[in-house]
Amino acid sequence: MFRIQKRTALPVWKSWLIRAIAIIIALVLNGVLIYGLTKMNPVKVYATMFNGVFGTERRIWNTIRDISMLLCIGIGLAPAFKMKFWNIGAEGQILLGGIAAAACMMYFDSLPNGLLLVVMFLAAAAAGGFWAFIPGISKAKLNTNETLFTLMMNYIAIQLTSFFVTFWENSYGSNIVGTINLESHKGWFPDVFGQMYGLNVIIVAVLAVTMYFYLKSTKHGFEIAVVGESHDTARYAAINVPAVTVRTVTLSGAVCGIAGFLAVAGQGHTISTNTAGGRGYVAIIVAWLAKFNTLVMILVSFLIVFLEMGAREIASKFNISDNLSQVSTGIILFFILGSEFFINYKVALREKDGAKQSAE
Amino acid sequence: MKQLIMLIQAAVSFGTVIMFGSAGEILTEKSGNLNLGVPGMMYLGGIASLAGSFFYERACDAAGKVPSSFMLILIALICAFAAAAAGGFIFSFLTTTLRTNQNVTGLTLSIFGAGIANFFGGSLNKLAGGVGQISVGRTSRLFRAEVFGWLPLPENLKQMFFDYGFMVYAAIIIAILVQIFLKRTNCGLNLRSVGESPATADAAGINVTRYKYLATCIGGGITGLGGVYYVMDYIKGTWANDGTIENLGWLAVALVIFATWKPTRAIWGSYLFGIFFWAYLLIASGLTRRSQELFRMLPYIVTIIVLIIVSLRRKKEDQPPAALGLSYFREER
Repeated sequence: MFRIQKRTALPVWKSWLIRAIAIIIALVLNGVLIYGLTKMNPVKVYATMFNGVFGTERRIWNTIRDISMLLCIGIGLAPAFKMKFWNIGAEGQILLGGIAAAACMMYFDSLPNGLLLVVMFLAAAAAGGFWAFIPGISKAKLNTNETLFTLMMNYIAIQLTSFFVTFWENSYGSNIVGTINLESHKGWFPDVFGQMYGLNVIIVAVLAVTMYFYLKSTKHGFEIAVVGESHDTARYAAINVPAVTVRTVTLSGAVCGIAGFLAVAGQGHTISTNTAGGRGYVAIIVAWLAKFNTLVMILVSFLIVFLEMGAREIASKFNISDNLSQVSTGIILFFILGSEFFINYKVALREKDGAKQSAE
Repeated sequence: MKQLIMLIQAAVSFGTVIMFGSAGEILTEKSGNLNLGVPGMMYLGGIASLAGSFFYERACDAAGKVPSSFMLILIALICAFAAAAAGGFIFSFLTTTLRTNQNVTGLTLSIFGAGIANFFGGSLNKLAGGVGQISVGRTSRLFRAEVFGWLPLPENLKQMFFDYGFMVYAAIIIAILVQIFLKRTNCGLNLRSVGESPATADAAGINVTRYKYLATCIGGGITGLGGVYYVMDYIKGTWANDGTIENLGWLAVALVIFATWKPTRAIWGSYLFGIFFWAYLLIASGLTRRSQELFRMLPYIVTIIVLIIVSLRRKKEDQPPAALGLSYFREER
């Protein structure tokens, strides 16, 4: 019935228009859904959501914090994905980074705070990198399926986190670590510009710029791009494919580990299996949708965080489950994913005489 | 002995959930679709069965009728199958028709399914004007009724192998049916060829799109039955917002690898996973909560070992479908 053609090139504004339309349809659908559940005027729904996201200065900073967190993980995933290595294991790499950071917080709390933060940073990066190194080397040497391997690593990481939680639990039997260094604030991010989450933003911004240039204008970045396009081409260009694979995947895990460091030192000041909280998975979609473009990543992250916090606001106002936010996120992601098709392909109704062919 | 019986019972219940999940996922993956939405579809199946029987039980109460056992079971199963198959349909539509990336789409489906299920699981009763936690006691009792309770066997033996509801045996039958379908029927052969090389299958006149859609939707539906078993039997007809389904769903994905895409291997594999997961029950006295957490890693570690061994041995019949995770566009050959 339809004829599908690959588009040669679409003007940038047109592709953004298509994405915008998809997002608007998804937002309308969300509004209808929330209306159905709460009987609240859809316009007011978004006003309430907006208020939940930007209503107070504190909320604005929470929004910024959540965006930078998603962005950080997205930045970490970018090199691996560019190499067409499906690192689904961000969740686990974040947790490992978090465990390492929390451990440093507890055992090295005699260090001066600045030094302690550096130690935590390095430990978290090393732990996350190590967690990615395992599936990475296995892919390079044995060509195991990295999607499934990294997925399994997530669950081992979750169990490992539970193990450390029982190890460090504060008040025996509670199964909660509780706020670490509540009195001394050792290993906590200091306020920057009078803002609690200032340092989170600075670290992520530095990472974003560095990663952008790393991928775009270094030899490593070029090698990643070639390996991602074709292993054969890479070998022909005398690139050591296994070495590049292992290096890139480890780097990817290290940045995700840093995200775990941010979650522990810059936000929760504790460790639990919720430290990653599914953001490792959401960030995969963010990174993919943005095609590794950092600016687009910020936009997509913002959209997701907006829905998440907004839906939570609605949920608390109407005393319904805040899993509503996951539903909204799912809907909008489905639509953005689907919209890529209309950017890459042209759909036209078939001519009459062609109708028979397609029926076959 | 008592501990052994406990272990086996826990392992069988646990295994049944993931057996459904992996039987469905094997069918899906054989079409070349790597649907990482297994937890999402299990969630959808679980909540749909709960909602279906909840409203049916309520409607019967309101009309002053006694709900028929047959209808209670049928409604739960059909709702679950349909909802999970709908999840599979979303996945197929996006990946096959709109050609999106399978990994990303599957993960989104998992987030979406978890959101829907936990949302309604938490507030269905409230939205319907009730108080407290949702509960469908009658349906759950039917699902938990022992179908082989009448067998004249020693008590221990009976407790170990025949002390379960009908879904436990249904899971085994479905896994065997999927195996027969894949290995012994023409349709199954076609499906496997779609998963190995869609271009070749297309050239041979097989409708690749139809096979991908059907396999993913039916596979999704079967996965959803795991959700029913979890809700109705495992947690006795209520809702738990603790993410267990998610863990079980990913374990089902792991089991597919462990079973090297053979449903019959998934039967004993699922029980083995159950035994790994609950192994600490056997040595409970010597274990702290700490080591229990470490024990629970076993299924995942074993899966990784299997994954590595499979790629080391490079045995042809143990490999994943060659086109797994890749989209097929006829124009892009």
